[in-house]
Amino acid sequence: MSEAKAGSYLSTETVPLPYCPGCGHTVIVSAIDKALQQIKPDPRKTVIVTDIGCIGLADRNFTTSAFHGLHGRSITYACGLKLARPELTVITLMGDGACGIGGTHLLNAARRNIGISLIVANNFNYGMTGGQHSVTTPSASFTATTPFGNVERPLDLCATAIAAGAPWVYRATAYDKDLPDALARAIRQPGFAMIDIWELCVAYYSPRNDFKKADLLGLLNGQTMRFGQLADDPRAEYSERCRQAYQAAGGALPPRREIEVRHAHRLERQLGVVLAGRAGQKIRSAAALFAQAAIASGLHATQKDDYSITVMTGHSTSEVILGKERIDFTGIDVPDHVVLIAPEGVKQMRARLATLPETSTVYADQALELPATRARVHRLPLAEAAQKTGKTSLGVLALACLLEHQGMFPRAALEGTLAEFLKPELAAASAQAVAAGAALARTIAAS
Amino acid sequence: MGYEFIEGNEAIARAALRSGCDFFAGYPITPASSILQHMLELLPAAGGTAIQAEDEIASIGFCIGAAMAGRKAMTATSGPGVSLYSENIGLAIIGETPLVIVNVQRQGPATGSATKGAEGDIQFTRWGTSGGLPIIALSPATVEEAYVLTCAAFNFAERFRAPVFLLSSKEVSLTRERVDLGALELPARVERARAAADREYVPHAFAEAREVPAFADFGGEHIARYTTSTHDQRAFLTSDPTTIQRMIDHYEAKISGAEQELTLLKRDFQEGAEDLCVSYGVTSRSVAAAVREARGRGRKVSSLVLQTLWPVPETALRAACAGVRRVIVPELNMGQYRREIERLAPPGVQVTGVNKMDTTLISPREILEKGGLL
Ligand code: SF4
Repeated sequence: MSEAKAGSYLSTETVPLPYCPGCGHTVIVSAIDKALQQIKPDPRKTVIVTDIGCIGLADRNFTTSAFHGLHGRSITYACGLKLARPELTVITLMGDGACGIGGTHLLNAARRNIGISLIVANNFNYGMTGGQHSVTTPSASFTATTPFGNVERPLDLCATAIAAGAPWVYRATAYDKDLPDALARAIRQPGFAMIDIWELCVAYYSPRNDFKKADLLGLLNGQTMRFGQLADDPRAEYSERCRQAYQAAGGALPPRREIEVRHAHRLERQLGVVLAGRAGQKIRSAAALFAQAAIASGLHATQKDDYSITVMTGHSTSEVILGKERIDFTGIDVPDHVVLIAPEGVKQMRARLATLPETSTVYADQALELPATRARVHRLPLAEAAQKTGKTSLGVLALACLLEHQGMFPRAALEGTLAEFLKPELAAASAQAVAAGAALARTIAAS
Repeated sequence: MGYEFIEGNEAIARAALRSGCDFFAGYPITPASSILQHMLELLPAAGGTAIQAEDEIASIGFCIGAAMAGRKAMTATSGPGVSLYSENIGLAIIGETPLVIVNVQRQGPATGSATKGAEGDIQFTRWGTSGGLPIIALSPATVEEAYVLTCAAFNFAERFRAPVFLLSSKEVSLTRERVDLGALELPARVERARAAADREYVPHAFAEAREVPAFADFGGEHIARYTTSTHDQRAFLTSDPTTIQRMIDHYEAKISGAEQELTLLKRDFQEGAEDLCVSYGVTSRSVAAAVREARGRGRKVSSLVLQTLWPVPETALRAACAGVRRVIVPELNMGQYRREIERLAPPGVQVTGVNKMDTTLISPREILEKGGLL
């Protein structure tokens, strides 16, 4: 482990500082070192996170742990490190270029108040790639990619961070005497802290715009930007808020639904069942309860659902396969039973209904218009019966009717599943729906 | 007996927890969103952290940061999200970051059909980041396999200090099935080898190219370093061609050289079979049904189901292809993995694809008909 020399957190032992003579980055890096010397954190518990750009080369010279990631993404790694180990001091160093490409990470780290400090080395252009303009390039100034003067407005990083909810924001120049103190305060913040440091790129921005140190202050003229402390409004850090929210909610998890085999099925071969209706009819949960009842009777089951992306409108269909053996293919080429409870479901099933063979059975609400089919069709007053048991029980009612008529497993298995898995108020209505559905099935048998 | 009726995504989330996963970051995307929801619900109770990130780039960035701080991390998305993961996948490879990436495949390209199944990201997984270094990818066919292979994915990630893909699909992840998770045979849990506390830590230390370097957590006992740039074993940027090639050879050999250890598959071979079906993912279930039917009609057919897709189980594939007349490769894409079989099959062995990408499953009937098994 390379120890810091005489308390310094900088080392040029492996590589020298790589910056052009006169580059503001050298000044900023040395100010960060001075700030760290004030705080004296354990270098193993301190991570300098950088990304691409000249300032991103600085991590190699720190004696702390260092993480050098993709362009503009250093905030994401910094947040990951901090979320994983809240006790770490995580310092992110970014250029103005990275603030452009990674702007969303800046906004969201500020908004969430994740406890990292963000030091922006802001020299108004991309030094590493040849001096192209960035999101902070002043209007009318010249860069490799603004040959006629910049027509874009510069982004006020501090105002942006404040608008996003950053509790601690500060703007400085690299040449401020008290920069190390300001950096130390930023690093010490328990929440998200950003310091925007204006400086010189002597290789590109300065010569192209005849821009010197004194001109940094002049940039404020005509703009609304200010130097100094721009926000200091601490609030609970993200991980702390997570803990509080979790504790306040009582940490209760939904119960697991284990299914015991308590019944015996009467299934001879694998069966494909389709329940088709519309959104809001609780198609998916009715199909799942039916499948779980089959499992409670010792069967294998699979379920696939189809519904429109805007879930509260359009069709909703569930395909359930029941089998004595393990189910391989989970598609249903030819459904054995189709249960139809709304026009949207009929529409969705139209093409398949037209090709159903004589061996298939359709159970349809009597009010529905059906296309021609060779399948055996039972038209039943399903919706009418469900008026007494509650609209959302129609799916269960219709499947109970199918079950009673086909008898692939006992009705008691469905009743038991409803009693066990549904909330008491729903269970009572569903039990009535099962009875009503079974009664309708007996009318088929009688006719 | 403890049967449950759950979807693949729930199995993946619960397997992650069982594997000691204590960090998850994800961004909502159909058909992977329910993994994010399950993790947000399950992880805090287990002392872990789950977060919905601002985008997919942040999801994997958070995971890489957390993994390097010692957490067992997982993220989940679908094809469009993997596109956004791309650059960070390369970073995780050269940073030697243990990480599980779930891709719940859906119909592409681009936005495609969000709620429809496909298995079209097979070669994309292998070649999905610049530089072309190898990756590990496992593909489940059932909800129970999603559970078992998630455990295996965490183990491989830890064992090889590498990102590992779980290539699920809408058809496995959003299909509910009867499962008995308690009865499954699971691999014993593996933890990454940690560097000794009393010796200098070299982040990518290896003598032989195949060696997996010991790991030190950021924030642990050592000064840790990590970099996206071409680097030496100490994670310092380098431009020395010899060093660079040595590192590349290391990433390559670490995965490609471990083919045997990484091979997971299921054989259903029949003596004297002239036809062999090679399949993976949900399509292998149709193959099972088709093979049963073909055998019922007196055909002799063998089946090889690959759970490990990358690195290619070359030894097992070569052995399986020897002695048959024809290899049938049904895939829910236009023939991506068939390329691997074609390069491995001995001369004279015919390789036939059964392919479609119309959002529906390949049925056993289609395999029998188009595969010439009738
Ligand atoms: S190019 Fe500009 S930013 Fe980069 S080191 Fe030189 S002066 Fe500094």
